[in-house]
Amino acid sequence: MRKKLLAALLLSASTIITPALAADLRIGLQEDPDVLDPDQSRTFVGRIVYASLCDKLVDITPDLELIPQLATGWSWSDDGLTLTMDLREGATFHDGTPFDAEAVKANIDRSQNMPESRRKSEVKSIESVSVTGPLQVQFKLKNPDATLLAQFADRSGMMLSPTATAAVGTDFGAAPVCSGPFKFVERIQQDRIVLEKFAEYWNADAIHFDKVTFLPIPDTTVRLANVRSGDLDMLERLAATDAASVKADANLQYEEAVSLGYQGITVNVNNGPKGDNPFGNDAKIRQAFSLSLDRDAINQVVFEGAFAPGNQPFPPTSPWYDKDYPIEARDVEKAKALLKEAGYDSLDVEVQVANNPVQTQMMQVVQSMAAEAGFNVKLKSMEFASLLADQSAGEYQASQVGWSGRVDPDGNIHQFMTCKGGINDSKVCIPEVDKLLDEARVSTDNAVRKAKYDEARAILIKELPIIYLYHPTWIWTLSSKLEGFTPYPDGMIRLENVKLK
Amino acid sequence: MLSYIARRLAIAIPTLILVSIFVFVLQKLLPGDPALVLAGEERDPQMLEFIREKYRLNDPIIYQYVYWMKAMLQGDLGVSLRTNQPVLELIGDKLPVTIQLATMAMIIAFVIGIPTGILSAVKKGTAIDYIANIVALSGLSIPNFWLGIMLILLVSVNLGWLPASGYESPFVDLGRSLKTMIMPAFVLGTALAATLMRHTRSAMLGVLKADYVRTARAKGLNETIVIIKHAFRNALLPIVTLSALLFGELLAGAVLTEQIFTIPGFGKLIVDAVFTRDYAVVQGVVMCTAAGFILMNLIADVLYFLLNPRMRASL
Amino acid sequence: MTTSIDLNAPETDGVRLESRAWKKLKSNKSALVGCIIVTFFALLAILAPLLPIADPIATSWSAVRKAPSAAHWLGTDEIGRDILSRMIWGAQASLMAGVVSVFIAVLVGVPFGLISGYFGGWVDQAISRVADALLATPFLILAIALAAFLGPSLSNAMIAIGLSAMPIFVRLTRGQVLSVKTEDYVEGARAIGLTDFAIISRYILPNVFAPVLVQATLTVATAIIAEASLSFLGLGQQAPSPSWGSMLNVAKNFMTQAPWMAWWPGAAIFLVVLGFNLLGDGLRDALDPREG
Repeated sequence: MRKKLLAALLLSASTIITPALAADLRIGLQEDPDVLDPDQSRTFVGRIVYASLCDKLVDITPDLELIPQLATGWSWSDDGLTLTMDLREGATFHDGTPFDAEAVKANIDRSQNMPESRRKSEVKSIESVSVTGPLQVQFKLKNPDATLLAQFADRSGMMLSPTATAAVGTDFGAAPVCSGPFKFVERIQQDRIVLEKFAEYWNADAIHFDKVTFLPIPDTTVRLANVRSGDLDMLERLAATDAASVKADANLQYEEAVSLGYQGITVNVNNGPKGDNPFGNDAKIRQAFSLSLDRDAINQVVFEGAFAPGNQPFPPTSPWYDKDYPIEARDVEKAKALLKEAGYDSLDVEVQVANNPVQTQMMQVVQSMAAEAGFNVKLKSMEFASLLADQSAGEYQASQVGWSGRVDPDGNIHQFMTCKGGINDSKVCIPEVDKLLDEARVSTDNAVRKAKYDEARAILIKELPIIYLYHPTWIWTLSSKLEGFTPYPDGMIRLENVKLK
Repeated sequence: MLSYIARRLAIAIPTLILVSIFVFVLQKLLPGDPALVLAGEERDPQMLEFIREKYRLNDPIIYQYVYWMKAMLQGDLGVSLRTNQPVLELIGDKLPVTIQLATMAMIIAFVIGIPTGILSAVKKGTAIDYIANIVALSGLSIPNFWLGIMLILLVSVNLGWLPASGYESPFVDLGRSLKTMIMPAFVLGTALAATLMRHTRSAMLGVLKADYVRTARAKGLNETIVIIKHAFRNALLPIVTLSALLFGELLAGAVLTEQIFTIPGFGKLIVDAVFTRDYAVVQGVVMCTAAGFILMNLIADVLYFLLNPRMRASL
Repeated sequence: MTTSIDLNAPETDGVRLESRAWKKLKSNKSALVGCIIVTFFALLAILAPLLPIADPIATSWSAVRKAPSAAHWLGTDEIGRDILSRMIWGAQASLMAGVVSVFIAVLVGVPFGLISGYFGGWVDQAISRVADALLATPFLILAIALAAFLGPSLSNAMIAIGLSAMPIFVRLTRGQVLSVKTEDYVEGARAIGLTDFAIISRYILPNVFAPVLVQATLTVATAIIAEASLSFLGLGQQAPSPSWGSMLNVAKNFMTQAPWMAWWPGAAIFLVVLGFNLLGDGLRDALDPREG
């Protein structure tokens, strides 16, 4: 009895002596996330919240190596059809449900079978999950799938409390229960999402904040003003044009990482009758268009040099980038000659663009560059919802869109460039490319995969169904009071080891 | 009186039904497939089909309208397509914010508009009247969103006096609540003040000519007392009714102001919902603001009726 | 022939009102100021192609977001275009948007108002309820939805604003018709068997004219702000053509680095709207028959 009392006293004393814990963190987001259910959610910004709320089976390092999170180790069978994972001992969900093999099985089942699940395509290679021990699971695959582990480093690998999912089903997003470092407190749409520290977190020692509040503030200038005034401690996605002023401010810290995604111009090659035009039919004309652009100048004028110019689905800094095809320097004469070869002195091209000021600004720069090579670019400004609809229906000639990027290279290319790819809006279809990209999917040897991607690149760089332009850089701005923040190319905010100075 | 209200309410019903048809038809005409927005980046075809089925997007539009109406009459406004949150709950979250903003804007408008209106009427034809009128018209002519941007730039970014955005409930932290709301309320208030000032002026001009004011003056009463007690009290009628109307308009009229100051009220909710094709939210919120607008119109008329001695006498 | 004299009465009345109104308008200083402002911007808009100014869509990578200087009096924008030149060309978009959308509103609204007021009965009920419903739907929301439906462009924004402003004119016209419908000369015209069309066009329309003109002038002011708001949301004038609202839409991203990008378009909208408001006020005073 006395011992217990003493322990209690010590415990309360220890909480008193550690005032560093009594800290709140306020983070400004560019958008309001959608539903907070990893199986149903679809926005990039939602994943930023999950990084604090929901642990995944595996995580990535800033160099994109896969490392343990809820799974402590894994191994592939020789045929690549069985993945065995050992799970972390002592991890618990926010509602007290212990994390174990059964929980993993239930989560994969939900991702695969809940009608509302947006994760189906990510885990479709899984044939079955068997519980081979209290803390060990085995995934049997229908076919070898090198991308699966990377999927487990994202929403498909996020573990939700099976007690909660069984109780509330599709309403999980109203009060998500995961096993991450912070647990859900409340959400007011378009205003805030509040999380508080989860004391039983397996890695609680690395967490130095009691409360985290995410505030969606779409206007970049306003978001920055809030960090400057101290109303926010951190923001994500600083406008590149504000970078200089942040770097010059002693009260602020500037952090950046080139993203996994890209921005480009998708050309309608064969998506319905609208693809039947010179720009869609003749690869030479697309090459001419690409040559007419000075990607460095675009980056300088629109993004003050903060982004990364690009010509492939992977940024030049990525290990998957094909160095045999570096970004070509602008060559207006060669562009004109190519266009002439194709039989035109000048050509009208209609490009649709989302009606936000930055994309419009960027496309106006493209427009004026391409004009010098003889392209008469007409910009068709559209709301994003309309743009998406027209693009998927083939009601477009060319469309300026981007991709937020995936950890595994497959996610940046397969679904866009294969004949039956789900987001292949240009409807490019080259059997050779299909074969290479399918093969790259199944090998677990990165060298083999890289060779396949390079081989596909040699074809696609000439076909140009997507004219890649640049890779955005994630830019964070932090108050100088904070330390320990690490930028990741996936754009997430990982709060482990972040603390007040 | 009661029969008058009943008659007005009876007229409101077909109006609301028409509003519901407008809103419904209009957004069905909007280009863009909500299923594409909702299915996520990968746009899995199975998912697309599931969403279309779930939200009955494949059904003929008349059926969709009937489903929605039927549910609405049972008090169910559906769920937000974007976040799965019930629309009714969302409205419950946002209504207090918008009402607070509208109330603060009205207070600012009263404080500025009524005294200047009285002053300008009393000093009719003088430089004061002229300047007041120009200032009022300027308030009406400044685009709200521009004034908002400029204020953020000056007050928040350059001077750092007030937060540039956000919202705090007055019940949680009154000081912060007022601090975050004062700029947007001012932006909205200036335009309203102009309208109020002009109406106060013309109402006062009418009243100042009236016999009872002349009598009061003849009795040798202090001019301030005459103006406040005799004249203004009688000029109050059109001001009160006007205020009710303005308040009704504010319920959905702060669209851009809320957008600029990131205030999570009705205006921001609707605009974001239109752009993300969140049908259920657009429908629910527009119905709600339309009902509010009609209600405030009714209140204005009833107030007019109640406050007007002549009409009361006829009762 | 007594009837015919009677019938002519309102017309001479109209003429008298007109000349008196003109005199009053001329002596109204603020209306004069309004008139000058509006004329100034109208001239700018019309003369834009003739003025010795830079090409409003010519870009220059070496002069991105430069502060006002001798070369660029109002500075340059986010891709190095001359802001002064874009302001002047932008006047076209704003004024066109204001005037054309009100023209649409009047063209649609007045006939419905006439029909509604003149014929009464169920036609009146139907038209009034539709107008009520449109008025109860928030103006900007209606315009946003319409503009999104029609697709973002300046002409579609004008249609959207015009249709959203239309119910005001239905109501106004209807009220005006109701007040003159029972006048002796209208009754007289009906008694001698004139057709409804003739009565409306000859005796009712002239009475509707003055208040509609006043309202139209004031609505142009509102419409210009509405166009700017839609452009601000990306639903109005499209790049690279300039309009003040879309210039502000871009400018808000550069508020700290290039505040001049936001100053001028905002100031111009303010001035032109003030001009129309002053003019409308002056017209109202001048045309108001009550205040002799």
